[in-house]
Amino acid sequence: MPNENLINRLKAIVSTYAQNKEALNSINEETDFINDLKINSANLVDVILDVEEEFDIVIDNDAMEKMLTVKASIAVIEAKLSEK
Amino acid sequence: MDNRVVITGLGVVAPNGVGLEAFESALRAGRSGIRFDRELEELKFSCQISGKPQLGEADIAPYFSPLELRNFNSKGIMYGVIAGMDSWKDAGLPLSDNEEPFWDYGLVFGSGTSGIDRFREAIYDIDALNVRRLGSTVVLQTMNSGVSAYLSGKLGLGNQVITNSSACSTGTESLLMAYERIRSGKASVVLSGATSDSGPYIWGGFDAMKVCTYKYNQEPEQGSRPMSSNASGFVPGSGAGALVVESLDHARARGARIYAEVLGGHVNSGGQRGKGSMTAPNSIAVQRCIREALLHAGVTANEVDLINGHLTATAMDATEIQNWVEALDRSGTDFPYINTLKGMTGHCLTAAGSIECVASVLQLHNNFIFPNINCEVQHPEILKLVDSEKIPRETLNRQSRILIKASFGFGDINACIVLKKYSESDA
Repeated sequence: MPNENLINRLKAIVSTYAQNKEALNSINEETDFINDLKINSANLVDVILDVEEEFDIVIDNDAMEKMLTVKASIAVIEAKLSEK
Repeated sequence: MDNRVVITGLGVVAPNGVGLEAFESALRAGRSGIRFDRELEELKFSCQISGKPQLGEADIAPYFSPLELRNFNSKGIMYGVIAGMDSWKDAGLPLSDNEEPFWDYGLVFGSGTSGIDRFREAIYDIDALNVRRLGSTVVLQTMNSGVSAYLSGKLGLGNQVITNSSACSTGTESLLMAYERIRSGKASVVLSGATSDSGPYIWGGFDAMKVCTYKYNQEPEQGSRPMSSNASGFVPGSGAGALVVESLDHARARGARIYAEVLGGHVNSGGQRGKGSMTAPNSIAVQRCIREALLHAGVTANEVDLINGHLTATAMDATEIQNWVEALDRSGTDFPYINTLKGMTGHCLTAAGSIECVASVLQLHNNFIFPNINCEVQHPEILKLVDSEKIPRETLNRQSRILIKASFGFGDINACIVLKKYSESDA
């Protein structure tokens, strides 16, 4: 799975904020940050900041709004990485 | 009919003791929590001593989740949460562990400023054009009601949740507000308290006003000297105190231990008229506040056994004693015993009233009077008014029935509360 590495790096980031640890253990592309991981919506901005730091990218407001699932987040991260 | 109101839980984070046991032992021993403060020295403060609660990471960890501690830099919220949670546990009350909050349990928790260190970090980030890097925690840690928001969430409180702010009278006022809400039947339990941040960004303004002492930087424990002949200004302090306030009926129904009864009190303002100003009290208002508190509590001045004063170690101490003498119409050997905690803790500002109310309740419940430390030679103006023995310098093992406590604050505001030792035969 080409995304496995990205998912693992993302998992390490969201593990700080996820309140549902079971869903965290079975994290996959379809996982939703709020509905599955039970991340407090206020913490989504913290996830984004951590992602920026981890991947050394800058995520603009438009991209930020899309990052509600693992799949969407990976898409944003890959797009930003390819711009580098 | 109005509810009777009692105190059933206590929590304290004070410079001379964290937790009830350590705090009471410090009170009885007359132990100072004032230490040399290297940070104040480095920043070239005139006053380089302070009172800060001694807390290590292991003391803090049980009260916060790892997520809450991420980018956490609000000492006021930290002190308030620890004192508040401790008082709740001390009262034997549960946490709400289901979807529904406790609709009849509320909170009045005072704060002067919140998370000033976090605020400072945020200002640096903003000025460096990094507002987007602030993350989610700045608002929660720097809003004045932050301490109340943290506490009510942890406990699951569903009644009124409010932060009061009235300078150095805040803590005593919060107890009175809790009392009023329960007396009127709008809540059955209210957590009352107040907290105050530590550090140079809280204390700098006071240092600049020259109201803090600068004469005891080499002898920190002797620095805070209320009522003494060589008092030379207050020592800045910090911390939090918390009291669980409850209707007598509710407390009895659940078999709670009752520390003391709140008989009543009063808050007022001198309106910055007469001799009152932004920073000095209008004595007419102070005396009126004390008299109204007694009247409201249904207690005569002659019944008062013990006064816990505001008494910060400035030139105002003698004025305060004069006000007590006139308000109670008692002087010399007829004056009640009087003490102040500030010799041991410094002036804990917003939190002072709450920490001192905890000390007051402990004295009533456990039959002692803590000593006024650093008051070997009492101020001559004070000795003209009251007998020297009424200002104890040693711990007295003595039962008090009625205790009156007052706090005064910038803006010419006053709060005064009357507490009574509780015994089963009162019920």
